[in-house]
Amino acid sequence: MLTHNQLRQGTRVEIDDLPWIIVDAQFVKPGKGQAFTKIKIKNLMDGRVIERTYKSSETVVKASIVDKDMQFLYGDGEFWHFMDPASYEQVAMTRSQVGDVIYWLKEQESYQVTFWKEKPIALTPPPFVILTITQCEPGIKGDTVSGATKPAILQTGATVKVPLFVNEGDRIRVNTRTGEYVERAKG
Amino acid sequence: MSNAPRVEPQAWHPTASLETLRHRGVVMRQIREFFFQRGVLEVNTPVWLPNVAPERHQTPPACSGGYLQTSPETCMKRLLAAGLGAIYQMGPAFRAGESGRLHHPEFTMLEWYRPHWTLTQLMDEVTGLIQTVLPLPSVTTMTFQDVFLQHVGVDPFFSPLEELAKLLGPPALPTTDRALLVDRLFVERLEPALAKLDTLLVVTGFPPWEPGMAEIDPGPPAVARRFEVFIHGVEIANAYQELQNPVEQEQRLIEANRARVKEGGKSLPIDERFLQALRAGLPPCAGVALGLDRLLMLAFAKKSIAEVIAFCDPIHESGTRLRNSSTPCP
Repeated sequence: MLTHNQLRQGTRVEIDDLPWIIVDAQFVKPGKGQAFTKIKIKNLMDGRVIERTYKSSETVVKASIVDKDMQFLYGDGEFWHFMDPASYEQVAMTRSQVGDVIYWLKEQESYQVTFWKEKPIALTPPPFVILTITQCEPGIKGDTVSGATKPAILQTGATVKVPLFVNEGDRIRVNTRTGEYVERAKG
Repeated sequence: MSNAPRVEPQAWHPTASLETLRHRGVVMRQIREFFFQRGVLEVNTPVWLPNVAPERHQTPPACSGGYLQTSPETCMKRLLAAGLGAIYQMGPAFRAGESGRLHHPEFTMLEWYRPHWTLTQLMDEVTGLIQTVLPLPSVTTMTFQDVFLQHVGVDPFFSPLEELAKLLGPPALPTTDRALLVDRLFVERLEPALAKLDTLLVVTGFPPWEPGMAEIDPGPPAVARRFEVFIHGVEIANAYQELQNPVEQEQRLIEANRARVKEGGKSLPIDERFLQALRAGLPPCAGVALGLDRLLMLAFAKKSIAEVIAFCDPIHESGTRLRNSSTPCP
């Protein structure tokens, strides 16, 4: 159980039998009145955001959530399969559970799978992934300073803006939070 | 693009920018000038108190066998009863467990008292002072009842409790406690509506159930003779026609302690010298407490009071600093 002053941004809670993450928590107190905490919560399963207000004597259940680092094995069009490298235990996630992370999915790479009540509900990519460019305009040699960019399609189907000197077949490091090109991968 | 080297923020750096701190210093000088011009005397009273005036919903941090003040009210009233005249004080006040965008366990309070003034006279001075720091296009005065009727669509004094409860989202509240329902409507429905207003809003005629140290106007409806100032839905100042009756004052303090204990809190030792001063005679007066950090936050277009306070170190990191009243001071 969490008391109202333990409701902080990033804490995962269970409300109405669903798992949520607190995205904003505000301590509020009118004039001479009593204290409340207003929280904005995001549903960990479908991403919708709602608000709730709790008074100081009310408590909220902490969600029993486990994050595991798991290796991506393969996708078969219906399910995307991940494996715990320590126990070899496997889980299958649906397309909607994988969400936009599908653009950063690479076999053998490690991803964070979020379990709620022992069922997988969400997927988080590593901050950076290295992916191969499968399609883009030919590179302009030596242009490393102009700052101009061109679109490039990656092996996962994601489109990112890359500098002009980058070529098809190059492996690049991409920031998965922003979807931005970082640098050409060495080796 | 500037070529100046970017300074990486360090944990020891001030929370507010140096530019903000320079502006803050200038505003504090303007405030002192404002009161100097009006013949209001600056005073200093202790922030550490062996005994206090308990409030139901405010807790002073416990410290070395006493408490850090939640406001300088009791000491300043002892000065008023002694006959010092119009006085103001700008200094630290403390509230255990209050932390957020608009709250910090230690903040700066500007409090002043005007003997023989009415609440209406004080209202002009308060809005005048605020306008010197943060000019706004207009001043609107409304009763608490009208503000609720206009922005929430219910009467806080007379609407049936079921009707008030229906306007709240989950979790549902019991329909037995009007004060609680109105408080939650205030934070859930009224403040967001007031946030959109671009005016200096003065709200008068507060409900009598949490009068603080204000006189009660028997009505009907009975209201506390208080006003509060709101800017963009942020409460900036709270003013009273000060209660002079020592018997009623003592009863309120005892009642506050009773409510604290009932709600799982601690009873606090009542400041007998404050009551002695009231028995000797507090002149009729109007007084106000203004949250300086909040006013500066709005004046400097900042999002949180942390951005106008020199050091607003995260309390969760240090673990125990001022978090609750059972924690002794270092």
